[in-house]
Amino acid sequence: MLKFFLGRVLVLVPTFIGVSIIAFSFIRLLPGDPVMLMSGERVMSPERHAQIMHELGMDRPMVMQYLSYIGGILRGDFGTSVVTKQPILHQFFTLFPATLELSLCAIIFAIVLGIPAGVFAAIKRGSFFDQSVMGAALVGYSMPIFWWGLLLIILFSGILRWTPVSGRIDLLYFFPPVTGFMLIDSLLSGQKGAFASAASHLILPTIVLGTIPLAVIARQTRSAMLEVLSEDYVRTARAKGLSPFRVVGIHALRNAMIPVITTIGLQVGVMLAGAILTESIFSWPGIGKWMVDSVFKRDYPVIQGGLLLIAGIIMLVNLLVDLAYGLVNPRIRH
Amino acid sequence: MKTKLAFAAALLAASMLGGVANAKTLVYCSEGSPEGFDPGLYTAGTTFDASSRTVYNRLVEFKHGSTEIEPGLAESWTISDDGKEYTFKLRQGVKFQTTDFFTPTRDFNADDVVFSFERQLKSDNPWNKYVAGASWEYSAGMGFPDLIKSVEKVDDHTVKFVLNRPEAPFLADLGMDFASILSKEYADKLAADGKMEQMNQMPLGTGPFTFVAYQQDAVIRYKANADYWNGKPKIDDLVFAITTDASVRRQKLEAGECQIYPYPNAADVEALKKNPDLNVEEQAGLNVAYLAYNTLVAPFDKAEVRKALNMAINKKAIVDAVFEGQAQVAKNPIPPTMWSYDDSIKDDAYDPDAAKKMLADAGVKDLKMKIWAMPVSRPYMLNARRAAELMQADLAKVGVTAEIVTYEWAEYLKRSSDKDRDGAVILGWTGDNGDPDNFLDTLLGCNAVGGNNRAQWCNKEFDDLVKKAKQTSDQAERTKLYQQAQVIFKKEAPWDTIDHSTVFMPMSKKVTGYTQDPLGIHRFDNVDIAE
Repeated sequence: MLKFFLGRVLVLVPTFIGVSIIAFSFIRLLPGDPVMLMSGERVMSPERHAQIMHELGMDRPMVMQYLSYIGGILRGDFGTSVVTKQPILHQFFTLFPATLELSLCAIIFAIVLGIPAGVFAAIKRGSFFDQSVMGAALVGYSMPIFWWGLLLIILFSGILRWTPVSGRIDLLYFFPPVTGFMLIDSLLSGQKGAFASAASHLILPTIVLGTIPLAVIARQTRSAMLEVLSEDYVRTARAKGLSPFRVVGIHALRNAMIPVITTIGLQVGVMLAGAILTESIFSWPGIGKWMVDSVFKRDYPVIQGGLLLIAGIIMLVNLLVDLAYGLVNPRIRH
Repeated sequence: MKTKLAFAAALLAASMLGGVANAKTLVYCSEGSPEGFDPGLYTAGTTFDASSRTVYNRLVEFKHGSTEIEPGLAESWTISDDGKEYTFKLRQGVKFQTTDFFTPTRDFNADDVVFSFERQLKSDNPWNKYVAGASWEYSAGMGFPDLIKSVEKVDDHTVKFVLNRPEAPFLADLGMDFASILSKEYADKLAADGKMEQMNQMPLGTGPFTFVAYQQDAVIRYKANADYWNGKPKIDDLVFAITTDASVRRQKLEAGECQIYPYPNAADVEALKKNPDLNVEEQAGLNVAYLAYNTLVAPFDKAEVRKALNMAINKKAIVDAVFEGQAQVAKNPIPPTMWSYDDSIKDDAYDPDAAKKMLADAGVKDLKMKIWAMPVSRPYMLNARRAAELMQADLAKVGVTAEIVTYEWAEYLKRSSDKDRDGAVILGWTGDNGDPDNFLDTLLGCNAVGGNNRAQWCNKEFDDLVKKAKQTSDQAERTKLYQQAQVIFKKEAPWDTIDHSTVFMPMSKKVTGYTQDPLGIHRFDNVDIAE
């Protein structure tokens, strides 16, 4: 198990270097630079432009910039935003809990609904239930997040007034962040109604961000289940007279879970991508919104630092998924 | 159970609302996050709304709803006969805000003024580079480093600015956001504590609202400054709920989660106007969109060719298609809300037949040209691509083949300044300080060729007039000069002036006293809200 673990960790090193090079160079391949955008319609003289680029250290050869950037990261310094002039690591850790909270809720939402839906669809293969679940999954998977979010806001917040439109908590509540997780902080604040308000603000963004993973998980569970249910050992189990619950719930499900766990792991990347749009619609102050704003402003340090940190998280999750296989399927760890 | 919980929550919320009923809170759904809170460092209106217009004051202020200036932290001023010395008498007894993070021990005085400007002008000032890459962009853009020779403290309540040359728009420049006055005492304290960068995160000034807290990308909170020298604001708390999507801002206003918001979608305006609970205020924006020919390249070097092309383009159709009618066709390079606007000027009317004939008379046949369309939506031009397509179709009717080109925004701005640029550029401008000089000299003066003068147009007669006006302090005299300049502009037609867009501000009917500012800033010091 230790060898398996170390092997997985070692692979991360070249991956991380690769990601850092891509993050660093891609944003610089885009035309335009942060200094030019700073002055807007007003033209900046070439001399002044060169001077500010020099002050920001952006006139040095790319390789030099990259090396000093990596040097900084090894010392724990991810640089400073060109726009807000704040340290990137500080901004990341201020905003990340909001994204994490939303992503966790969305993935839980997707798993809790997706796995049972997939299992039942598989058992009742070809039934009306199966077809409607799979049809809905296809629609959910194809729904553009932006459109879906706006639709839900207009219906549930605009017309029915059941949920708040956007934000993380009612503006009535005002307390300093402790953990950065609004659900926890609202409880810690001791203010009455704060938790309910935070929870109600989570409903729509959770549904919007969780829709695609939900669709994928449901479909994956169904097909994995179908495969497993046709295996000989399942027939044997049925022949032994085990209750349908034991056959499906214990024997089949456990084996069907392996591809599903892979899928869930892969959804983390999808979710962080989806968070960019979801956060923009729901004014959710997380890293997705932060990255989008930075791309528009060509805030190189934020984009490259943010990408690297996000990539690091995705790699970490994938590592955990790999380890989880080992737990589910003993053959892998040997 | 669920309904019970929801009911309990609603009840609780209601009781809490009841508890704070005597505090009047205005929630403004702002369009983006401020870049920081030191207005000197930035150029974006979003940042200014959150910093300079709430927390700070300037020596002179723009009157609510106009581009005229009135006394601010300076009570009065005198200008020397040669126009190079501006002496300001400062208002006495003005208090800086007391906050959780700083308690001032003295009133506002001349040291604060000198500090606020010197940090931007002198590279050896310890505050000149207090954050990485501080470039004082607006101050540089307005030419302050070359213009201002010195800022001197005469006594505690008198400050003198000495200029290198007479410059009439200088007073209006001092009303701009980057010229906000900061507290030197607070600055000294931060420097002593080694926390200089806090100046950009926790602002402290003399303005109508005191900064309370900023949760990044989410909420900014202010409370009314009870000691405000111009009278305490009528609302108690001001909250900016940052909401970047315009459709979501509309939903929030309609759901009562905020009471006022800027920049509605053009398509939403009609529906908002029909909502009985809302008011939609509108005002002509202080902006212009134009199509700038490159007057250095044949055949666009001939005024009659440019005029013929202007007559071939149906601007009314562009305004209808791009703005759904929520803009007005422009005939002058400055907007109608600006002083010296010459309304007697006649626009070159849309007339394809006459245009065709003029082109033939000028010996232009089978003309091929490029039209540059901006890749982004700006207040003065929501959809340049659409506008360019309409122009293309119009020009085809007079035998001109137009090709539409575009670049990424920063690249577009850079390339469009090139003197040997191929093609006519769609671009525009939003006024900085309400002074006609800010359009006529900045965008059309000879020294802006290769820079902001996208038409690369240098007309000596026009340039002499605007340069003379810049050095004249008498406004009546300046008005005459600018009106003459507008006549020359129309005769020479370096641009096709396209539109001045209308700015809308939807708000709840409970909000009273809000005045739209032509400069595009959002101020809440006069606003009240009904219970």
